[in-house]
Amino acid sequence: MIDVIVDLVAATLRIGTPLLLAALGEIITERSGVLNLGIEGIMYSSAFSGIAAASYTGSLWMGLIVAVATGLIAGVILAFLTVTLGVNQHVAGLGLTLFLISISNTVNRILFTSDGGQVRVDPWKSIGIGGPIFDQYVFTYVALFVGAPLVWWIIWRSGFGLRVRAVGENPEAADVAGIQVSRTRYQAIMLGTVFMSLAGAFITLAYVGQFTINIINGRGWVALALVIFGRWNVGRCIVGAAIFSLVNAGQLQLRLVPAFADVPFELLLALPFLAVIVGLAVSGRNVPYPGSYLKPYRRL
Amino acid sequence: MTRSTTPSICLKSIQKAYGATVALNGVTLELKPGEVHALLGENGAGKTTLMKTLFGLTQPDSGSIEVNGIATVIASPRDARAAGIGMVTQHFSLVKTMTVAENLALAEAGLVRVNLAEARRTVEGAAARYGLEAPADAVVAELPVALQQRVEILKALAAGCKYLILDEPTAVLGPKDVDSLLGVIARLRDQESMSIVLISHKMKEIERVANRVSVLRRGSVVASTAAEGMTPKQLVALMVGGDGTEPVVRTIAVAKERAAVVLALRGISIKRVIGGLDDVSLEVREGEILGVAGVSGNGQSELVGVLSGILRADSGNLEVAGSVLGDVTPSMLYRAGVGMLGEDRHASAVQHLPVVENLVLDQLQTVTRLGHLDRGAMAQRCETAIREFEIKATPDQHLGTLSGGNMQKVLLARLFSRSPKAVIVSQPTRGLDVVSTRYVRSLIAAARDKGTAVVLVSEDLDEVLELADRVAVMYRGRVVGIVHAHGLTRERLGEMMAGVS
Amino acid sequence: MKPRFVLRAGNPWWRGPLLVSLAAVTTFVITAALIRWSGGNPIAAFRYMFINPLQSKFGFTESILSATPLVFTGASVAIAFRAGYWNIGAEGQLLAGTVGATWFGLHAEGLPPAIAAPGILLAGATFGAAWATVPALLRARLGIDEVVTTLLLNPVALLVITGLLNGPWRNSETGFPDSDVIAESAMMPVVWPDTRVHLGLVVGVFVTLGCWWFIGQMTGGLRLRAVGLSPGAARIAGLHVERTLLTTALVSGGIAGMGGASEIAGVAHQLTIGISSGFGYTGVIVATLAALSFIGSLVVALILGIINVGSFSASRALSIPSTMGEVVRSVLLITVVAALVIQKYKIVWKRREA
Repeated sequence: MIDVIVDLVAATLRIGTPLLLAALGEIITERSGVLNLGIEGIMYSSAFSGIAAASYTGSLWMGLIVAVATGLIAGVILAFLTVTLGVNQHVAGLGLTLFLISISNTVNRILFTSDGGQVRVDPWKSIGIGGPIFDQYVFTYVALFVGAPLVWWIIWRSGFGLRVRAVGENPEAADVAGIQVSRTRYQAIMLGTVFMSLAGAFITLAYVGQFTINIINGRGWVALALVIFGRWNVGRCIVGAAIFSLVNAGQLQLRLVPAFADVPFELLLALPFLAVIVGLAVSGRNVPYPGSYLKPYRRL
Repeated sequence: MTRSTTPSICLKSIQKAYGATVALNGVTLELKPGEVHALLGENGAGKTTLMKTLFGLTQPDSGSIEVNGIATVIASPRDARAAGIGMVTQHFSLVKTMTVAENLALAEAGLVRVNLAEARRTVEGAAARYGLEAPADAVVAELPVALQQRVEILKALAAGCKYLILDEPTAVLGPKDVDSLLGVIARLRDQESMSIVLISHKMKEIERVANRVSVLRRGSVVASTAAEGMTPKQLVALMVGGDGTEPVVRTIAVAKERAAVVLALRGISIKRVIGGLDDVSLEVREGEILGVAGVSGNGQSELVGVLSGILRADSGNLEVAGSVLGDVTPSMLYRAGVGMLGEDRHASAVQHLPVVENLVLDQLQTVTRLGHLDRGAMAQRCETAIREFEIKATPDQHLGTLSGGNMQKVLLARLFSRSPKAVIVSQPTRGLDVVSTRYVRSLIAAARDKGTAVVLVSEDLDEVLELADRVAVMYRGRVVGIVHAHGLTRERLGEMMAGVS
Repeated sequence: MKPRFVLRAGNPWWRGPLLVSLAAVTTFVITAALIRWSGGNPIAAFRYMFINPLQSKFGFTESILSATPLVFTGASVAIAFRAGYWNIGAEGQLLAGTVGATWFGLHAEGLPPAIAAPGILLAGATFGAAWATVPALLRARLGIDEVVTTLLLNPVALLVITGLLNGPWRNSETGFPDSDVIAESAMMPVVWPDTRVHLGLVVGVFVTLGCWWFIGQMTGGLRLRAVGLSPGAARIAGLHVERTLLTTALVSGGIAGMGGASEIAGVAHQLTIGISSGFGYTGVIVATLAALSFIGSLVVALILGIINVGSFSASRALSIPSTMGEVVRSVLLITVVAALVIQKYKIVWKRREA
């Protein structure tokens, strides 16, 4: 029994890492009033570009750098579309996701799979000490103990975060106070994409060690939901990520239970998604969206 | 705050057009240190646009701004602040979810550090110097409007501005707060030799503090003179270029013997931390206008909300023609013959739909045949409305392209098209030019003469005095008095609005 | 030198088409670079993608076939977006429709075609609408954002299909994870002889035209437009905003579901894991490129169908990845959407004076 719980916790931490990273990034972005539906595509393309670069250069670190660079470029594109041009954010983000996924798949074909192979690397391992629960990847520790507190501090204590919050609540007030609304949003978007690319890179460079089609599988959307569920607060997002990951990890265990052996495992795989939807429903109406959510800012 | 000398500022030949509409037509204006310069003009004359140009919120199409004779580009509020210009906008520029100190620290916040301590010191300093008290760690959303305005002024002062632009600052204040604000303005001018631009409609206030007054009409400066010694009447004459608006000839409503009560509120209460309503009762009869006066924010919005069925009261009843309405919803009130004209006309009609469709949006069943829109009937109604209400628009024009006055006329046409028993109109002439204002008021009076019961909620005292038969005054969510308009003076009304019973 | 975007006064008629053309050209340039990298000749590739399909009856009818599901999802997304309901779940709703259609089709043995054909489409529509229900209710009753809820149900739908195909619907003959073939009576008849173009296309076009008629001519259509353009003003005018959103969401799901049924009944005749190649997401592209117009979405669907067929033959002839078509259409979306916004503005280069 203890073993089961221990394994469960360990798996939860692993599964939750990319979700938390991506959600942390999206919190910053959405707090400035921008919705980034490119999150799924950014995770996907960073996952691919990271492992592709790692495979070519033989260096995982190089892969990480390329992954983050990919995310930043995507961030600039999204920021240009939504902040400078004021394109509908749903369409811009979704278009970006479709683009990033299709171009990643295309380059994957060109470089790797045309002869039937998969791109593979020797991934980062977990730290290797401390028993099942503490034997996590460095990414996980970084996400929980560096990333989360950092993002919290950025939002609530730093000057940058004050500006981001002002722009997100009342861009006109921020403008009058002399803040450059566009620049702040650009920065918030790009900072967000850094986290999202780390999330994608974690999956290919550490967790799995290879790139397959559909590798992200909707986890970007889950991160998006977690941000809303978490009311744009770091703490609540951690809780949300934990719940989702727990259910996800749990379904692996449930399969071993005889009573559930006949349940098609796909149904169990769907449980986490459904749990998020239930979570959103339960947390109720009157969610305090940032005041300028989805609204481009223009001085007239 | 550095004690630098106040420069002189000159706006030269400022030209600004929004699409085809010319907002500023080569405006030249000189602002000097140690002076309060009032900007007068009807709504839409260009006063706010001109000041936005000075503050960098908008860019002129041509023309220049000279600070101490040197041409300066003000491309953003940042540049304006650097040049020593501060502005308190009409709709406050405060981040409501943050505290006062955070709002003040916003402008100077670096990448990492946020200097809240200095912000707090600024607040204390200003309290001592100018009598501008404000609680540094209170969340802005929880402060009353007058205090929020003070925070706005503090923000400008904290940046060390020498020029302060105030855009209709007293629009949201009661008489007592107005007094104290005018005192602050005078102190800033005399103590700091600051230069203050005061955009206002209130002749009495201009008379009190202004040194110079300039009048804008349709984007041009039509007069600019010393203000000392001018009476309000002279100021109005300057503004309108005539004798002032003639008041609508009031048909004193013939007191029909005990005309029937059409709409009544009994004991309505809404419990809220800020705002709300406290045991409000009032009634409107056939063929009368009940004016609801009061300083903005004393429960009028909630009252309108309840009367239009959008807000549910915690206790109390709404009665139409004597019968209590159980579950009050907008559609129920609509069916009971009660209509509403909201205070925000941009939110009351669909901007991207044409006039002809907006006109029937609340009565779609009447133009539906077999589920289809009867476009012929719609066109006919539109034509009638355009004619009867003198709407300057074509049926297919998108509502958003209409001027404020014409948009309001469309909404009024829609409101009266089904001859409602009672109507509630809220701020009907806000932001309208003189001609439209007169027209709208005459429409309201005409409706009353035909027997409609009208509830007129307005922050414009002149409007209330002109139109109402009886006046109810709201103060802090309660009705502090209902008096007959006959013989009611501005002073008495002002007293009631300030809570003196 | 900093460029500023200034709103234009009017819009000469040629600006829109000019900018859209520029967008198309930009798309070609970007995609050409990718094609060259993959070892193909861009000009040849584009000829395969755009011209080739139009040069033969086979190419053209295959394009129409490929456009058929997009007709449905384009209309589904357009009608939802018009009401201000951001339905990004058309993919899941279409997949749900395929499940419903398969279920019906597997049990339709013995039914006369006159009943089975509409029946399978209705089954698809019902399942699609059902799949749209939960997010719709959450939005209408609780005000919960539908973007995330509809998105999340997309992977769930795929999991349901995978589960069914690995389980109860596993092919009884081959043992592979694809379903048995549906009853013949439920299969859509071919409407263009000697091609694969089937009745589903006709139904799709009808449904789209029906949407167009509804939006423009019927009272409910005006209600929907008002709610989408300005829910506050609609509410003040007494319109039932939540009810309109709910109904629209269900109709949108139903149309997408019917699109799924059309694929099963008209082309695939059985359910497979790869039954949808992103039709629901492409529907968003169709609707957006058509500026949410229904007649326009028919045209765009056809264009995308041509690109689909063309890129497949390009990939075979030139050995470039077949995913190139997806790249083309997503880049096209981004550039066109940017162009449509840019056309409203004038770019002013202001020199900062001292």
